[in-house]
Amino acid sequence: MTENQKSEGLMRPHHEVGIVGYGAYVPRFRLPATEIDRMWKGGKGGAPIKEKSVPGLDEDVVTMSIEAARNAMARAQIDPREIRAVWVGSESHPYAVKPTSTVVAEAIGAVPHTQAADWEFACKAGTEAMQAAIGFVGSGMARYALSIGMDTAQGRPGDALEYTAAAGGAALLIGRGEEALAVIEGSYSFVTDTPDFWRRAHAEYPSHGDRFTGEPAYFKHVISASEALMGGVGRTAADYQWAVFHQPNVKFPSRAAKMLGFAPEQIAPGLLSNRIGNTYAGSAVIGLTAVLDIAQPRDRILVVSYGSGAGSDAFDLRVTDRILETRGLAPTTEDYIARRKVIDYATYTRYRDKLKMS
Amino acid sequence: MQVSRHWRLKSERYKLVGETCDSCGVKLFPPRDVCLACEAPAKELYTFTGFGEIYSYTTIYDPPAGFEHNAPYTVALIKLEEGPLVTAQLTDMDDEEVRIGMPVEMVTRKLRSEGEEGMIVYGYKFRPAVPVQELSAA
Ligand SMILES: [Zn+2]
Repeated sequence: MTENQKSEGLMRPHHEVGIVGYGAYVPRFRLPATEIDRMWKGGKGGAPIKEKSVPGLDEDVVTMSIEAARNAMARAQIDPREIRAVWVGSESHPYAVKPTSTVVAEAIGAVPHTQAADWEFACKAGTEAMQAAIGFVGSGMARYALSIGMDTAQGRPGDALEYTAAAGGAALLIGRGEEALAVIEGSYSFVTDTPDFWRRAHAEYPSHGDRFTGEPAYFKHVISASEALMGGVGRTAADYQWAVFHQPNVKFPSRAAKMLGFAPEQIAPGLLSNRIGNTYAGSAVIGLTAVLDIAQPRDRILVVSYGSGAGSDAFDLRVTDRILETRGLAPTTEDYIARRKVIDYATYTRYRDKLKMS
Repeated sequence: MQVSRHWRLKSERYKLVGETCDSCGVKLFPPRDVCLACEAPAKELYTFTGFGEIYSYTTIYDPPAGFEHNAPYTVALIKLEEGPLVTAQLTDMDDEEVRIGMPVEMVTRKLRSEGEEGMIVYGYKFRPAVPVQELSAA
């Protein structure tokens, strides 16, 4: 790759932008992977993660997004009427037609002078909303834009994805660079038509291309996006204190990090999948909030999402002094992870509406 | 069914918007436009902080129509820090953990869903605050 090709596609707004508030959300229930293994493999199949988060009966992407958004607003300390976009990326919006984002906007007091929309692109819907928010603020159209990645993912009973399909995510309030707790110094997107995972309109559970999910899908997109972004901003793995990669399990992000030259310590704080599972559109952004909870001013963070179908969005961030005064204003990502109640498979089937009542 | 009623109540339900009395400062929830203390008009909107404590409670095992999905669940009278009492479901806690005087905070949750094809109704419930962990050294 020539220097010129390396920087091709790097996206930077006219005005410097960054994250001015962030908030995570994870529901309190946990289903150990050993429970799924006990149910479907006689306890002899092994487990890709320790446990996954499960939403309660009264939770969905709307309620979870509202809580994450309130945490982001508590940290940002701004007037919600100055928000010009509320965007929620998810593949489990409660309604097929009726936006999640208007309910969230109403609940945080951002209505009515605001854009609101729901974004979709499998697991990268959250970072798509984030990238659009960068454009909205960076162009001067908006003072603030709220981007959320949140999911309540479902796996077909007995399927390999049932072990990891989880619930959670995060909200990121994007604003001007001078107000930011982390400045976004560049972003990059890499997409191709790749049939690794899909769900048709009326299907309850997704289908996937089995062996197709690794090399041509996750690794090709994550590695290409990471390399192009790092090339574009002129940095290598050693320039970052922290990196976060989309985490469908523990193995994929760990291997991607290694291929790119990152040490295990650089990805450890943001690698949550062993303890909460794959939160789909929430995965990369909640990894980022966990890192922001512990990062120091001047730390650099690389964030790379992955969405099936397929594509990756990559972001280069630099933490500012403002992190120190803002992060204590709402519960941390680890506070939510520590708040846990283990449930069994029977409770899980009820909570996830897998029981036929009539 | 009752779509317009749900729509009209959304500020109240999503974020505890009530009223404050211009004359004596008493806070009202739900909004009723007339002060309960001094009977002066009270029309200025006030968003409650959402913090309060459990005043009394009962666990429902045989729920009314529309709430079967969640049963059993605990309903409580919450004394908001601004004064008013509000009736709401508790969430994010086991029924046996509930105590009178327990501090709680408002969250917005699914109250009910009107069948497979009807609207989903969101509103306030209360829960204990998320416990704060000691921050481990970075
Ligand atoms: Zn009065």
